[in-house]
Amino acid sequence: MTSERYVFPHKHLLGIEPLSPRDITALLDQAQAFEEVCERPNIKIVPALRKKLVVNLFFENSTRTRNSFEIAEKRLSAEIINFDADTSSLNKGETLIDTAMNLQAMHPDLIVMRHSAPGAHTLLARHMKASIINAGDGSHEHPTQALLDAYTLRKHFGRLEGLRVAIVGDIRNSRVVRSNLWLLNRMGAKVTLVGPPTLVPQEMKQTWPGIEICHDFDAVIPEQDAIMMLRAQFERGTGAYIPGQGEYSRFYQLNPARMKRARKDVVVLHPGPINRGLEITSDVADGPNNLILDQVTNGVPVRMAVLFLLSHPHGEQVP
Amino acid sequence: MSVPQGSCPVDPSQMEALLLDMATGLLALVKPEEELVLLGIRSRGLPLAERLAEKLRALSGAPIPVGSLDITLYRDDLTEMVGSPIVRPTEIPFTLKERTVVLVDDVLYTGRTVRSAMDALLDHGRPRRVMLVVMAERSGRELPIQADLAGIRVEVPPGHRVAVSVREIDGTDGITVEAC
Repeated sequence: MTSERYVFPHKHLLGIEPLSPRDITALLDQAQAFEEVCERPNIKIVPALRKKLVVNLFFENSTRTRNSFEIAEKRLSAEIINFDADTSSLNKGETLIDTAMNLQAMHPDLIVMRHSAPGAHTLLARHMKASIINAGDGSHEHPTQALLDAYTLRKHFGRLEGLRVAIVGDIRNSRVVRSNLWLLNRMGAKVTLVGPPTLVPQEMKQTWPGIEICHDFDAVIPEQDAIMMLRAQFERGTGAYIPGQGEYSRFYQLNPARMKRARKDVVVLHPGPINRGLEITSDVADGPNNLILDQVTNGVPVRMAVLFLLSHPHGEQVP
Repeated sequence: MSVPQGSCPVDPSQMEALLLDMATGLLALVKPEEELVLLGIRSRGLPLAERLAEKLRALSGAPIPVGSLDITLYRDDLTEMVGSPIVRPTEIPFTLKERTVVLVDDVLYTGRTVRSAMDALLDHGRPRRVMLVVMAERSGRELPIQADLAGIRVEVPPGHRVAVSVREIDGTDGITVEAC
């Protein structure tokens, strides 16, 4: 546990990149306390964010992340407004800044935003007094997903340092990977990126010198403590980089044959939604090594921790 | 008991004796059919609750369940706190239904911690009754709350702090009064 004098120094959660190992540990420790709240037999609600207004601003589709945030907000007793791009004036030509100014006039305390443009959150943070939480921005970052992945791994292994984690699949288009690379590198895990050369940009080694890149999935499987499968994102253009889905599955699908090469106690993660039969087979996704639904469960206390730490006075306030 | 500033009204050996007195006093306050559970308010209420439970067990022969309560999320000054409040786990691995819950804390002063603790406690179940036991009680209540039992009662002027130390957290037992 972190010491009593620690102050979470950030006003916003725009990404994992600005967080120190201490900040990450503080968030994960807080999530542990909130997990207790989520597992109570009776009342799973605490009054910690009473009278705080949270706006959920989703410009992109999301079921899991949005529901997870909404449950987290409800468990903290926050007031909630859901603002969907479909129903808003955006369709009438309002700019993001105009939308932000209008929201500001309602004095929200926290804004949870998903937007397809990397940097949209930074723009919003500059124009608003509220704390901004990035719930996914294009292929840039998805910090709460990385935090819940780390929480799930830390809960299972008791540590992050020294863990060997393979992240497999469409690295190029994944915001989950970028947030995970910042986080896992900072916490001392050993990450190997796996996928076809067209989907694993070599230049990622310049940003994260500690990582390995390998195109041969079978070769790296035996030494991994955890295998994180990514969704093949055909809606984001994965298809343009690979010859075909069959070819992709042949080399990069996690299936029973590949699981035989893995350590018996390996754990399998997936940020969802799963393409069953494409990047992972059902028997593996539902098998004894999977922590996929644990990730979903852990998303709530992790997001409670983020909302809670951001909603209280900050120290020197760095973004 | 009135003590001047900076003095040490209770030293380590006296603290064990006080806990034994508190255990004896508590047993006198409850009926034999009542099922007691202790909840220590974090931080220092927890080791005190654990030690009180040992004494109760020695006196009555029955093991007493001990849980912990973190009240951070229920504080009425949460939004005004400077720095990040750190929430530690609440652990109540037993039912509170029909039990007599004894809240244990180090110092009773304004009563606000106890008010928060009662809110937190009631989210975990509906006990038959709730009692309050503290190591040190001082004047300065801001809410209509009183202890059923206190190890010592100290008279100190406002602007002073009554601090209970416990060996599990502070390395040594004792109660001191300091200007703050």
